[in-house]
Amino acid sequence: MKGAEALLKAMEQEGVEVIFGHPGGAIMPTYDALYDSPIRHILVRHEQGGVHAATAYARASGKVGVVMATSGPGALNLVTGLADAYMDSTPVVAITGNVPRSLIGTDAFQEADVTGVTMPITKHNYLVQDVNDLPRVIKEAFYIARSGRPGPVLVDVPKDVQLAEFTGSFDVKLDLPGYKPTLRGHPRQIERALEALEKAERPVLMVGGGAQDAHAEILAFAEKTGIPVITTLMGLGAFPGTHPLWLGMPGMHGTVAANRAIYHADVILAVGLRFDDRVTGKVSRFAPHAHTIIHVDVDPAEIGKIVRTQVPIVGDARLVMRELLRGAKPLRLATWWRELEEWRTRHPLTYRPRPHLQSQEVIRAFYEATGGNAIVTTGVGQHQMFAAQFFRVSRPRSFLTSGGLGTMGVGLPFAIGAQVARPGELVIDFDGDGSFQMTLQELATVVKYKLPVKVVVLNNGFLGMVRQWQDLFHAKRYSEVYLADSNPDFARLAEAYGIRGVRVERKEDLKKGVDAVLETDGPVVAEFKVYQEEGVFPMIPSGASVEEMITEDPRQEVGA
Amino acid sequence: MRHVISVLVQDHPRVLNRITSLFARRGFNLESLAVGTTHVPGLSRISLVVSGDDRTLEQVEKQLNRLIEVLKVTDHSEPHVERELALVKVHVGGLEERLAIKDIQEAFRARVVDVAKESLILELTGDSNKINSFVEALRPFGLLEVMRTGAVAMSRGERVLKVREKREEAV
Ligand SMILES: Cc1ncc(C[n+]2csc(CCOP(=O)(O)OP(=O)(O)O)c2C)c(N)n1
Repeated sequence: MKGAEALLKAMEQEGVEVIFGHPGGAIMPTYDALYDSPIRHILVRHEQGGVHAATAYARASGKVGVVMATSGPGALNLVTGLADAYMDSTPVVAITGNVPRSLIGTDAFQEADVTGVTMPITKHNYLVQDVNDLPRVIKEAFYIARSGRPGPVLVDVPKDVQLAEFTGSFDVKLDLPGYKPTLRGHPRQIERALEALEKAERPVLMVGGGAQDAHAEILAFAEKTGIPVITTLMGLGAFPGTHPLWLGMPGMHGTVAANRAIYHADVILAVGLRFDDRVTGKVSRFAPHAHTIIHVDVDPAEIGKIVRTQVPIVGDARLVMRELLRGAKPLRLATWWRELEEWRTRHPLTYRPRPHLQSQEVIRAFYEATGGNAIVTTGVGQHQMFAAQFFRVSRPRSFLTSGGLGTMGVGLPFAIGAQVARPGELVIDFDGDGSFQMTLQELATVVKYKLPVKVVVLNNGFLGMVRQWQDLFHAKRYSEVYLADSNPDFARLAEAYGIRGVRVERKEDLKKGVDAVLETDGPVVAEFKVYQEEGVFPMIPSGASVEEMITEDPRQEVGA
Repeated sequence: MRHVISVLVQDHPRVLNRITSLFARRGFNLESLAVGTTHVPGLSRISLVVSGDDRTLEQVEKQLNRLIEVLKVTDHSEPHVERELALVKVHVGGLEERLAIKDIQEAFRARVVDVAKESLILELTGDSNKINSFVEALRPFGLLEVMRTGAVAMSRGERVLKVREKREEAV
């Protein structure tokens, strides 16, 4: 058996069913072996599309996503996607080819120091030097990727290693003496957390992306205690967005109720989140009244990194929530809820209706038409925030977006990965005209594998989010953000790929457009021409605190 | 504050690269780094000198611990032995200076390891302060080359840096 076959066999042992990838010289032996392998391969048009698809596959399925690429340029095209997966703690294994061992370090054709380049953006990486190491390396790579705090792992395999005769064994034991994630929370800390919650008058439960699999425990805990729940962008779906205990999303574009709740809270229970600056705003003014912050995270390095923590609990969110649930008691929070209710009813998420079609109403229309029953992916920008605000996800692993890195262009490849992972489900990508154009060549992948994804391009003719900041903080000097003069006709572009194209320009046609998208069996690209100068509100300017929140579009007062 | 940290690592290729890249990426201030093997095959030990406040140091330790090949991290706040080796090539003008340098050499218990017509190489081990003073004492004669290894450190007494027991078998 050749190294390439051993590589695939080792992956089969890890339960790999599908690989996203793009071939090339240095990975050809493995592609050759793939020809006879039961593992399915999805050919993407750009490696970045492959790694994003693998990321979404992992997030939608709970399994490890796998991407494969050739050496040098192929592997380097993975960089953004690996960084994205790293920031959002997603288990991805990337297999890259490399030049033969004898050429490593000689600036050979298509050579790059890929393990060096990806060191800071992977949880771990390997350069395989001995063909007989392949089963061990693959076993470790998958274990490291999915256990503890999940993350991407890269395995670089020189071409001659893929071609070498494998004489080793597949019966390998994990031996990682320096890697032992702590999964069970410390009982004393759990006790302290329960004590603090019991005495709390204004507690909140903050839920992040790391808690997606603890959704059942979180729901039970919230219902038992009556505690208000806030989900971060990455945590959306980990708690039902339709639940009366839900206050919304915190942070820069979060709800007034969520942000005020954190501001006035005396005890915060934070589960599986890392206090990103888009969530905290100015850290010194974050939760100034909280005497106790309980932080549950499987990665000890996250605890105390940004905010001071009185009760640190290192452990798996699900196991810790189970323990907390066991000791939880109903809390008396009537006064607190009266305050919360007032903020919630006085400042609901809303927008000023305009004569033009608006992104918010497009998203709301899709939400209503689907009853929220869809997996949503997004690009990055205003449309992403509108999707987070107006599409209420209620199931875990169903809102896939780039949180930590904020990578434009993930929308379509994320939709591809999600659709491959959950073929029977409706997958909608709410994309921006800017974001979509970063990876739209993956429409070819959609066609090739007949993936029925629905791409909804909210075309505002601008790099909208940047334009909004220029509007608010740069005296409307719209430097290099105008797209409308050069955007393609998105519907016709889709048709060029053989995909149904839909175009909606007027408010009156909204419903017809939404229906057209949802009634189509296969893939659709629907372009909604929306109001160009919309802003996302509420907004807390970067580095500011809740007190400086702009709750409504300031331009409205001047009669815009 | 200055801290001396010992790190026990598996001596895989690139492990040093991972550690320095971590310091660069997280903006930790690394003053010196010394690496060598241990008596256990496959394990190396790294001594780092780092400066920063308590919070930074906590992050340094935690981030080092995240590396898969790092087995153990200790911040030597407890009584410990710290040593650095320096080689100093100093200019020697004439007999008078040669004698003056000899006095310094004796006071510091340094060794002469090379003698040439117009220079000497002196070898000294000691903690970093001692070496600083030694170098300063020789400066007026004309320093030609100074080479220091960076500090290595070990806890006093019973405390040893070894691989912790398996705590939990994760699935
Ligand atoms: C790869 C990448 N480049 C640049 C940015 C900076 N950026 C953030 S939002 C944004 C504009 C996004 O425009 P569009 O996708 O059209 O969405 P909109 O804000 O208009 O809804 C830009 C350029 C980014 N996040 N990612």
